Amino acid sequence: MDPLLQVRQVSKHFGGFTALSEVSLDIAPGERFGLIGPNGSGKTTLINCISGLLRNESGKILFQQKEITTLAPYQRTRLGIARSFQVPRPFHSMTVLENLLVPFAYVVHLKDAEGTERAMEILESIGLADKAQGFASQLSQVELRKLELARAMAAKPRLLISDEAMAGLAGAEVDEVLDILFKLNESGITIIMIEHIMQAVMRFSQRIVCLDAGKIICEGTPQSIVQNPEVQKAYLGA
Amino acid sequence: MILSFDLLFEAVLFGVLLGCFYAAVSIGLSVSFGLLDVPHVAHPALMVLGSYCTFVVASWGLDPILAGIVLMPVFFVLGVLIYRFYYETFEKRGTEAGVRGLAFFFGLAFIIEVGLILVFGVDQRIVQAPYIGSSLALGEYRLPYRMLVAFGVALVLTFTLSLYLSKTFTGRAIKAVAQDEQALRLMGANPVRIKQWAFGIATGVSALAGAMLIIVGPVEPALDRLYIGRTFCVVVLAGLGSMTGTLGAGLILGISESIVLMMFGASWAPAVAFGLLLVVLGVRPQGLFGR
Amino acid sequence: MKYWITVAVLLAVAFAAALSGVNEYVFYAGYIVLTFVVLSTAWNILGGYAGYVNFGTGAFFGFGSYAAVVLFKALGAPLIVQIAAGAAVGAALGFAVGIMTLRLRGIFFAIATVAILFIAETLMVNWRYVGGATGLQLLRPEVMAPFGSYTRMLFVVMALLAVIAISVARYIQTSWVGRGLRAIRDSEEAAECSGVPTLKLKLIACVVSGALMGAAGAPMPMYLSFIEPASSFSLNWGVSALAMPMIGGTGHWIGPVIGALLLGSVQQIVTVTISNEINVLVVGVLLVLFVVLAPDGVVGLFRKWTRSSK
Repeated sequence: MDPLLQVRQVSKHFGGFTALSEVSLDIAPGERFGLIGPNGSGKTTLINCISGLLRNESGKILFQQKEITTLAPYQRTRLGIARSFQVPRPFHSMTVLENLLVPFAYVVHLKDAEGTERAMEILESIGLADKAQGFASQLSQVELRKLELARAMAAKPRLLISDEAMAGLAGAEVDEVLDILFKLNESGITIIMIEHIMQAVMRFSQRIVCLDAGKIICEGTPQSIVQNPEVQKAYLGA
Repeated sequence: MILSFDLLFEAVLFGVLLGCFYAAVSIGLSVSFGLLDVPHVAHPALMVLGSYCTFVVASWGLDPILAGIVLMPVFFVLGVLIYRFYYETFEKRGTEAGVRGLAFFFGLAFIIEVGLILVFGVDQRIVQAPYIGSSLALGEYRLPYRMLVAFGVALVLTFTLSLYLSKTFTGRAIKAVAQDEQALRLMGANPVRIKQWAFGIATGVSALAGAMLIIVGPVEPALDRLYIGRTFCVVVLAGLGSMTGTLGAGLILGISESIVLMMFGASWAPAVAFGLLLVVLGVRPQGLFGR
Repeated sequence: MKYWITVAVLLAVAFAAALSGVNEYVFYAGYIVLTFVVLSTAWNILGGYAGYVNFGTGAFFGFGSYAAVVLFKALGAPLIVQIAAGAAVGAALGFAVGIMTLRLRGIFFAIATVAILFIAETLMVNWRYVGGATGLQLLRPEVMAPFGSYTRMLFVVMALLAVIAISVARYIQTSWVGRGLRAIRDSEEAAECSGVPTLKLKLIACVVSGALMGAAGAPMPMYLSFIEPASSFSLNWGVSALAMPMIGGTGHWIGPVIGALLLGSVQQIVTVTISNEINVLVVGVLLVLFVVLAPDGVVGLFRKWTRSSK
């Protein structure tokens, strides 16, 4: 089967600093893909290049075999790539419900009435239905993370990139978010998960790639990654 | 229009002096906006305030440059207070800080400008000094002494600040806070204290810049409006965060303005800074030497 | 529906007043206040809804005035054509500035608007056709019946423009465009990644804002019988156009109207009784006070008050 997402030799520099160096990977449709690596290894930069917030200087990115390297982020979202942000960025002047109406209006092109119905469905499925009329300032950490995911879901994505959705959450909350991601994957959405919480990544991913200093240092099943000495070195330091 | 080499050369020479002066008056903004990301559109207004304070202190008998130096600690404290207020009111709250922070500094600039009009009136003010009024004769070219003095002070100021930022611990912390606040916190330093200190330095430097401003020419309260263009042009052209870039950018602006002044006259010269700024924003917004 | 009825009533009142024997000064000052209603409403479309601050309102306003003068001088164009030209010029300027700087951070857009302001003034100062630095005196054509004076007629014209501006702002606010702009203001990156074409929407807001400001500037030369660069392109227009929405409240179309009516009236009183400098000081002080203490403006204070008294 053709890969859903193809990243080919992508490089990104900030002034003299190389954030990504010729990174290549393929994501298959329906896959649960984990992306790990120490802080500063380039994970979020890679995500920003895939979602379009950053433009890579060299290399290509293809989605469903079509090149998207020069497309604006909103165009990529409309093609089916959605992402959540590491530090949640809710639309704070809008209610939780209205937050979801934005992608419904701009990606799926629904009128508010229908959008509201679908939004409530999503909110119910993730347990935020009772907060629909509340504002972001009234949400707890885990609720904010769920809102990030809900907003990404509202864009009806083929590919969802979850950027450290569980960072800073405690045990049961991690499971709540993980469940949501599993359910999404079961409904056919390909998921890239960036996470530091190892047990979550291990449980979730079918395949993992480890980044360090902008390069891929290893790729494989969760079991093989965990035993890889390069990975251990990257996390524990040279 | 006959372009004589002599005229051009004199314009370039004058432009170099002017450029260093522009660099010096922009250095404070290079720190407050370039490094600290504060939307400090009131920077020129504070500088003009410095000019008027220099005028007052100089009228008590002190040389204008010395007056400027004496005012630096006063303005340092002023800068710390302003930043503290800005931080507590806007930066901490994060979200809507952008618009409101900008509006705040815009309002502050107007308050300073009108305050100056109410106290000093709209007429232009000058200072007297032995080096103001006469020129150095270099062959056929005349270089006004006041420009040479400003040039000298500008160079000293630029290099001192560059050294401070790269050699001292606090200086490097200031540069670091621009790039990674988190890392700084982990090192035990307090980012807010550092930014406060940096903003204080930037404002203190503005006092001396103000002294140079009134030495180089007469000042009036509305002068800050023109200098918004010049200082932001230099800082943006240099690239945010680059101190030495400020000197280069200042020179480019100074020489351009001087040549335009010579070729087209004084009614066109003020637009040069703003025009250059627009070109940079449109073509290469990260500037020439920025991060 | 309530809105349109109110609008029709207000316009009728304005028209009737202009035909009545009310003191001429009311219309003289009223025209300025209404101009500010248009300017602050226009400003708010980009500044309040999308979060991009324009310092250079004077540039759009001034170019509108000069466009009107040029058409009047060259072709003897009637007022309505002048206003259309002002709107066109304002829109074009909005597009040009927008396409150049709306890709960048908000402060760069703000500084670019100051740059446009100065460049505009410099261009007009150096253009002899419109009088250069000393400006131009204008001979007004015969006043249109049924109005008794030019000022009264322009008052009604500006009232109409104000209604148009407010209606446009109200439409944008409640439409899907408004939601997109608010998303941009709240978090531009999240908006992009939620499918919002941020640059396109910002450009639309900038063009509409510019057009309204240009239209507001067009009748000004007729009002004064005079035009000159320094006052047309003054930064003072910018500080008022910014202060009024921030004081009134930026989230709702009624905010700029409230701000303009309040601050505009205060300005008229202060300028006449004290001085123009104190006037600018008052604007600056009120702006800072509201930005610091009441960031949601009068509308925000009103909302808080109604919520607490429930």
